[in-house]
Amino acid sequence: MARESVSKTFIVAIILAGLCSLMVSGAAIGLRSKQEANKIRDRKKNILMVAGLYDAKASVEEAFQQIEPRVVDLASGEYVGKDQFDPETFDQRAAAKDPKLSITIPAEKDLAGIGRREKYSLVYLVKKDDKLDQVILPVDGKGLWSTLYGFLAIDGDLNTVRGITFYEHAETPGLGGEIDNPTWKALWADKKIYDDQGSVQLHVVKGAADKNSPHQIDGLSGATLTANGVTNIVKYWLGDDGFKKMLERLKAGGA
Amino acid sequence: MAELKIKELLWEPIINRNPVTLGVLGICSALAVTGKMQTALVMTICVTVVVACSSFAISLIRNQIPSSVRIGVQITIIATMVIVVAQFLEAFLFDVSKQLSVYVGLIITNCIVMGRAEAFAMKNSPGASLLDGIGNGLGYGLVLMVVAFFRELFGSGTIFGFEVLKSVTQGGWYVNNGLMVLPPSAFFLITFLIWAIRTWKPEQNEED
Repeated sequence: MARESVSKTFIVAIILAGLCSLMVSGAAIGLRSKQEANKIRDRKKNILMVAGLYDAKASVEEAFQQIEPRVVDLASGEYVGKDQFDPETFDQRAAAKDPKLSITIPAEKDLAGIGRREKYSLVYLVKKDDKLDQVILPVDGKGLWSTLYGFLAIDGDLNTVRGITFYEHAETPGLGGEIDNPTWKALWADKKIYDDQGSVQLHVVKGAADKNSPHQIDGLSGATLTANGVTNIVKYWLGDDGFKKMLERLKAGGA
Repeated sequence: MAELKIKELLWEPIINRNPVTLGVLGICSALAVTGKMQTALVMTICVTVVVACSSFAISLIRNQIPSSVRIGVQITIIATMVIVVAQFLEAFLFDVSKQLSVYVGLIITNCIVMGRAEAFAMKNSPGASLLDGIGNGLGYGLVLMVVAFFRELFGSGTIFGFEVLKSVTQGGWYVNNGLMVLPPSAFFLITFLIWAIRTWKPEQNEED
């Protein structure tokens, strides 16, 4: 068969497409379990880090035994039973996109810029001597370029921040990407979320924070828009639409 | 293959025929992934693997490829390699693959890969194409590492993540150079590099 004939062209193209798709699907399927395990481990590692329980030498799985994941109904603030959603397998990202498991956020309320919000969310509880020590909440929302995904750890008093971390974002390294800077993240510890009236006051300022304010975090130079995103994420997820109902319920002793 | 030829294939693309400084190819990823040395190194390895394997594969079937669809055939092979490399990164070097994010996928559009396939692998034996691919990957990598060295040192005060200049944000004295953090700084650095190499080797200068 001549090299330049029409039939030869088709045969080469078809054989090549077949071989290449085999390789791609082979790699994707063969490595999927490892990739999924990596993602889950990475998320658990971040939860441990934000809770201050991470030890680079210890196994993530073992350390994670201290943490109790629960699924919460954001509208009522009540936990959902294992029979409805198993916290081990509940896929929150998928739920946020599923029309049955999420709601559209009206534009004027959509501080975090996410468009849809899952009805049910995972929360992670850390208990010490049967008392609630920390609650870790998953949060997400728009930064400057990308959606930030992170965790916020709150003390057992349900008003004091213990830590914050973002495990997935695509902000500019060195500018918005400084939300990963450990020194900056450390500034969040011991800040108060709500004022006496129960409205969210915690926010990132532009420039240096007022040392006397329990609600302000230093800005990141060159990253005002990312920092605004972080403020909005905090405002949204700790507000009435987010976890506030659950936190109030926990505060009332319904834990 | 003669000893001399192996050397030539491997070493020529590193300085004398460097794809970035002489060919001015692969500039977009040289801007994007050179903020930190670690990411630049992983990118170097990925690109080298992709150029070498795709050149080898294309050279193997070069006599079967009808010229009317040769670009399509090349890009299919290159894209396959890139996806496989990206999948491996995600499985075995998860943290790094998170940092490289979209840029691994963008190796497909790196002109060096396609350029070597079209200019070299279509005409030469698989062995020579493999070496040529490795050489070009390393030549590209050398530029990446040099640029990343300066960008990380002056932009973040670190080298491979280790602190060299203690920056103000960490409580030290060094005020980070914001330009170095941003991709356009790589334009300046690559230009200086081209200038330096062409001063050293004037035969690389283009005629007006």
